[in-house]
Amino acid sequence: MKYVILATLGFLAAPLAAQNQDLGQPVPEGGEVETVDGGEGLTGSVSFEGNLDDLGIAIPGFATDADVPTPANSSGTAALGKELARVITADLRNNGLFKPTGPDALPQPRFAEITAPNYPTWSNRGAEMLVHGYVRARSDDKLTVGCYLYDMALEQQLVREGWVVQPADWRRAAHKCADLIYSRLSGESPFFDSRIAYIAETGPKDNRTKRLAIMDSDGANHRFITTGRSTALTPRYSPDYKKLSYLSYVDGNPRIYVYDIGTGRQTLVTQSTNPTFAPRWSPDGRWILYSMAVNGNTDIYRVPSTGGEPRRLTDTPGIDIGGSYSPDGSRIVFESDRSGSQQCYVMDADGTNQRRISFFGGRCATPEWSPRGDQIAFTNASTFNVSVMTPSGGSVRTLTRGWQDEAPTWAPNGRIIQFFRTERNSGKTGLWQVDLTGENERRLATPVDGSDPAWGPILP
Amino acid sequence: MNTRIATGLMLASTIALGACAKKAPEELPPPPVETATPTPTAPTGPSVGTQQHFVDAVGVTNTTVYFDTDRYNIDAEDSAKLQVQGQYFSQYPQLNFTIEGHADERGTREYNLALGERRANAAKNYLVSIGIPANRIRTVSYGKERPVALGSSESAWAQNRRAATIVIN
Repeated sequence: MKYVILATLGFLAAPLAAQNQDLGQPVPEGGEVETVDGGEGLTGSVSFEGNLDDLGIAIPGFATDADVPTPANSSGTAALGKELARVITADLRNNGLFKPTGPDALPQPRFAEITAPNYPTWSNRGAEMLVHGYVRARSDDKLTVGCYLYDMALEQQLVREGWVVQPADWRRAAHKCADLIYSRLSGESPFFDSRIAYIAETGPKDNRTKRLAIMDSDGANHRFITTGRSTALTPRYSPDYKKLSYLSYVDGNPRIYVYDIGTGRQTLVTQSTNPTFAPRWSPDGRWILYSMAVNGNTDIYRVPSTGGEPRRLTDTPGIDIGGSYSPDGSRIVFESDRSGSQQCYVMDADGTNQRRISFFGGRCATPEWSPRGDQIAFTNASTFNVSVMTPSGGSVRTLTRGWQDEAPTWAPNGRIIQFFRTERNSGKTGLWQVDLTGENERRLATPVDGSDPAWGPILP
Repeated sequence: MNTRIATGLMLASTIALGACAKKAPEELPPPPVETATPTPTAPTGPSVGTQQHFVDAVGVTNTTVYFDTDRYNIDAEDSAKLQVQGQYFSQYPQLNFTIEGHADERGTREYNLALGERRANAAKNYLVSIGIPANRIRTVSYGKERPVALGSSESAWAQNRRAATIVIN
C-alpha cells in the first residue's frame, strides 16, 4: 500500500523536478507519530543527586510480545527491540550525557518484565536508572513502541510513554524514548527527534562538489537532495520540515530556492534577476528572510512563505545579511558591516529599531538566536571560533578552538550548538557539536565532508 | 552619453598606450576598427569571443584585479588593468562578458558571497564609468567557493580576493 503511494508521488514529481536540473529523487515524507500513553509518573522524584554525566543508565533490548516479521527489521521484532535500545544508548552516549550501558552488554528482559522490572537482575550493574521498553507489530504493519524509565534506588517508575510509528520511522520511536529519558532526568526540553540539513562536500579544494543533504539528528537516514551538478549552499528547514530553502547555482547565479520535500518541486524565493543569499525562516513558518544584492549592495528582505510582496528590512550602504528570529518572532538578529567590519545587530521584525549589540572587539558574523531565547550564537570572524553572547551582547564566551569554525546552529532545546570546521590548507570540512560549557565537543559522522549545518526543531 | 563614451575611450586608449607602448597607435576620434587590433590575426589563433583571445589581447595579468582583506575599492593598479580591458571591449562591442567576484577562505560563507558580489560590481562600475555599457556586463559572486590558490597563507588569500573578467559569447 505504502509502495503504491510513493510510486504515485514519484510520478507526479518527475515532470516538475525535470525543470531543475540538479534535483535528485523526491524524498518521501515520514509518517505521523502517534503518542499512545504518557504523562504518568511525572510527579515521582529522582533519587540520584549528582552530576548527570556520571548517571549510569542500563538500557537492555526492548522486548516483544511475539517475534514476528516487520518491514523495519529483516530479522523480526525481537532483533528490532535490540536495535531500538542501541539507538537510544548511542543518542545518550554520543552527546556526553549520562553513562549508558547498551543491550549488547546486558541480559534481555522478558515482555512481562517491562512493566514489572526484576530489580535484583539490574541492581549489581552500576546503574542508577533502568530503561525498559517493548515493540509490538500491529496487524496494519505499524509498530507500537513503549518506553519506561525506572529509578533503581526507589524501585519506582519515573516516566513512561508509547508511540505508534510506521515501520520506516522506527528510529523516531527510539529518539523519542531517548528524549523522554533525557528530559525526565535533566529537566531540559527534548532534541533527539529532529533532523539536520547540511551541505555534503567532496572533491579537491578548487573544485568542490557541494550537495544539499538531510539526515536525522544522529546522522541516520541520510539522503542527498541535489545531485551535485551545481553548487548548493546554506540550507534551512522550514519549522514544519515540509520545505527546505537553500542557495543554488543551478541557473549559473547564486539564488535562493524553496524546495518542497513532499512534491520535489522548487521555486525561487523571489522573482528577481539579482543574486539572493542567506535564507531564514521565522519560527512560525510564516516568513522567509533572504538577503539580496542590488548593484553590489546587499540588504535583508522579508517575504511571506506562501509568496507575495517582499519587504526590505535594511537600508544601508554596507552588507546586511542573514538574520535569525527570536523564538517569539518579535526580533531579528543579523549581521552588517555598516560600521566598517562585520558586527551583529538586532532589529524589530519589521526592520525598525536597528542597533548594534556586539562590542567585544572582534568581527561578529552568522548570529543565531537560541530556541530558548537567552543566548545568541555567532561566528567570531576575527578568530574563527564559535561563541555565544546574551541578546544584548554581553557575557561573550568562546566555545570552540578549531582553525576555522563557523556557522553555528542550535539544537531544538538550545543546549547544543552544531557548526562546521574547516581544516587549514586541505580545506576539508566536518560537522561538529559543542555544548554550552565548551567542554564537550564531538564530530558528527557524515558519509563525506560536511558544512553549513542547519538543525531543525523537534519533529511534529 | 556619446560624449561620456568618447571620453572613456580616450582615457582608456591613453592609459593603454602608456602601459603598453608596442600596441598599435590608434586614431582617437573614429571608433576602433578591426585592423587596429594588436593581436595577430593568424588563422590558427584564438577567435574573437573566446577567453583565450581576450587573454592574448590584454595580457593575463590584466584579466584579474585583486583586493585587500574585506575591501572592494578599485585602486590605481586595478584601474590601469580595467582600462586595458575597457579598450578591448570597446574594440569588440559585440562581446558580452562576466565579472566573477571572489573572496578568500578567511571569511564566513554568506558574507563572502555578498563581498564577492560587491567586488564584481566595483569592477563593473569602473568599466561602465569608462564607457562600457552596463548591459554587456554580467556579474556573479562565488564567495570563497572557487579559490585559485589552494594554500592557507597570506599570499594564497591575496590571490583569491579577486574580480576576474571572463568572456562568454
